[in-house]
Amino acid sequence: MDKTVNQKAWFLVLPVFLVVAFSAILPLMTVVNYSMQDTFGNNQFFWNGVGWFKELLDPSTDLGGRFLASLGRNLFFSAVILAIEVPLGIVVALSMPREGWSVAACLVILALPLLIPWNVVGTIWQIFGRPDIGLLGYTLNSLGINYNYVSNDFDAWATVIVMDVWHWTSLVALLCYAGLKSIPDAYYQAAQIDGASRWAVFTAIQLPKMNRVLLIAVLLRFMDSFMIYTEPFVVTGGGPGNSTTFVSIELVKIALGQFDLGKAAALSLVYNLIILIVCWIFYTVMTNAGADRAAKQGAA
Amino acid sequence: MHSIPGRRIIISAFLIFLLLPIYWLVNMSFKTNGEIVSTMTLWPHQPTIANYMRIFTDESWYSGYINSLKYVLINTVISISVALPAAYGFSRYRFLGDKHLFFWLLSNRMAPAAVYALPFFNLYSAINLFDTPWAVALAHCIFNVPLAVWILEGFVSGVPREIDETAFLDGYSFPKFFVKILVPLIASGIGVAAFFCFMFSWVELLLARTLTSVGAKPISAVMTRTVSAAGMDWGLLAAAGVLTIIPGALVIWFVRNYIARGFALGRV
Repeated sequence: MDKTVNQKAWFLVLPVFLVVAFSAILPLMTVVNYSMQDTFGNNQFFWNGVGWFKELLDPSTDLGGRFLASLGRNLFFSAVILAIEVPLGIVVALSMPREGWSVAACLVILALPLLIPWNVVGTIWQIFGRPDIGLLGYTLNSLGINYNYVSNDFDAWATVIVMDVWHWTSLVALLCYAGLKSIPDAYYQAAQIDGASRWAVFTAIQLPKMNRVLLIAVLLRFMDSFMIYTEPFVVTGGGPGNSTTFVSIELVKIALGQFDLGKAAALSLVYNLIILIVCWIFYTVMTNAGADRAAKQGAA
Repeated sequence: MHSIPGRRIIISAFLIFLLLPIYWLVNMSFKTNGEIVSTMTLWPHQPTIANYMRIFTDESWYSGYINSLKYVLINTVISISVALPAAYGFSRYRFLGDKHLFFWLLSNRMAPAAVYALPFFNLYSAINLFDTPWAVALAHCIFNVPLAVWILEGFVSGVPREIDETAFLDGYSFPKFFVKILVPLIASGIGVAAFFCFMFSWVELLLARTLTSVGAKPISAVMTRTVSAAGMDWGLLAAAGVLTIIPGALVIWFVRNYIARGFALGRV
């Protein structure tokens, strides 16, 4: 569909621009301001230039070491949950019932974890996983598996990952389900006439139709896992030691815990920059995919 | 229809995996603390509603729910009303900087709350909104407004352009066309967008906790109080958790027919 050029459309967009600018640009200016300064308290600030940024990117300093370690943990976490949630979400979407009351029931249950406040998600898994009072922890321990997410690094990681899979796989599944629903029956009938195998139907019909929604799913899952804070904070508090301290947890520790404004601000800017770059890559891929599709449809 | 082998087993197993921790939470909420700590029971042997009664009768508890609902509702109304015209603008017209603006909006949806916690605290203290529902509602706009624009843009693009043109030929003014024709046509889209604004504002904790102290304390922050000298009050914590799930479950039930399309942000 061709859009007409009309500069007056800015008036339609203006309210959104103002609201978001108020809550995004103003605070960001404060962050930039803080990131260049140091303070001895009492609201006395002095110029520090790029000092904090240098420290941040140098692993031998305390700040740099903490930042880079938490960044590494966070990237590993995001990679693991994407590798689990995307295939699992696709399988769940393909397993959805086709019609009848069970469709609505499945959709409602699938959506349920998404609407639970994040700190309650943490609480649920805390109560579920504790070796003394939790069903999961108790069962594992009585099976002879020594499971304790408070003291064991591996158990803490496993708990945080399973919790995230529990919390967010539904999002991927619902997105894929929406993509699958848009495939006309005629495609399947044609495939049947051609005698296509189950796998061929998946790769030739279903996967291409899910492309767009899968891209949205990967983007949302990557971003949200990259800024995860509340759930691991409630369950493990970033521990044992620092083993589940992700970037956001580290940032809040520095900003609100130690009140190290300069360090926190420099970390915030670098963190934001990484997100902006990833976001831009996805956005470009997404718009290009859209343009490709439009071009193909135009040619056909 | 082509279906994958064993799909009943897969979907059932996954749904059980989703429900098991929730079942445990509900189970705990009806137990006394004595039963929770002393024995492992799959259902409450001495069922009690004392945990729930405490939440409903203690003002510091139930006001948490009211505070949360307040800022969630304010946020949803603001987000939808500013996003509607913008969605129409993005969907129908090209204008200077439109793509950049759209990307900038999207990037704000992705901005980590932890980055904004401290500057928001300064900003809203400076304009005397700290510890009011308005502070949290406005702060949540940073991720909900872009999302609402994104969803609604998809739905507006699904409305054929000819409808606009016919309406203008029939002598409708722009505001009248907007309210009388466009809004009813994308009503389901508005519902979906409202659902998402509700959801993301309801589940967020970090900003809500940072921007309030006493007067507008959200339920998620109140819940952190159950740690006392005597140890954790698990039963009470579980009951409070169950009560935070209920509004979400109700909302899902109302939009269940649009969930799938809504999660695809109107873009399938």
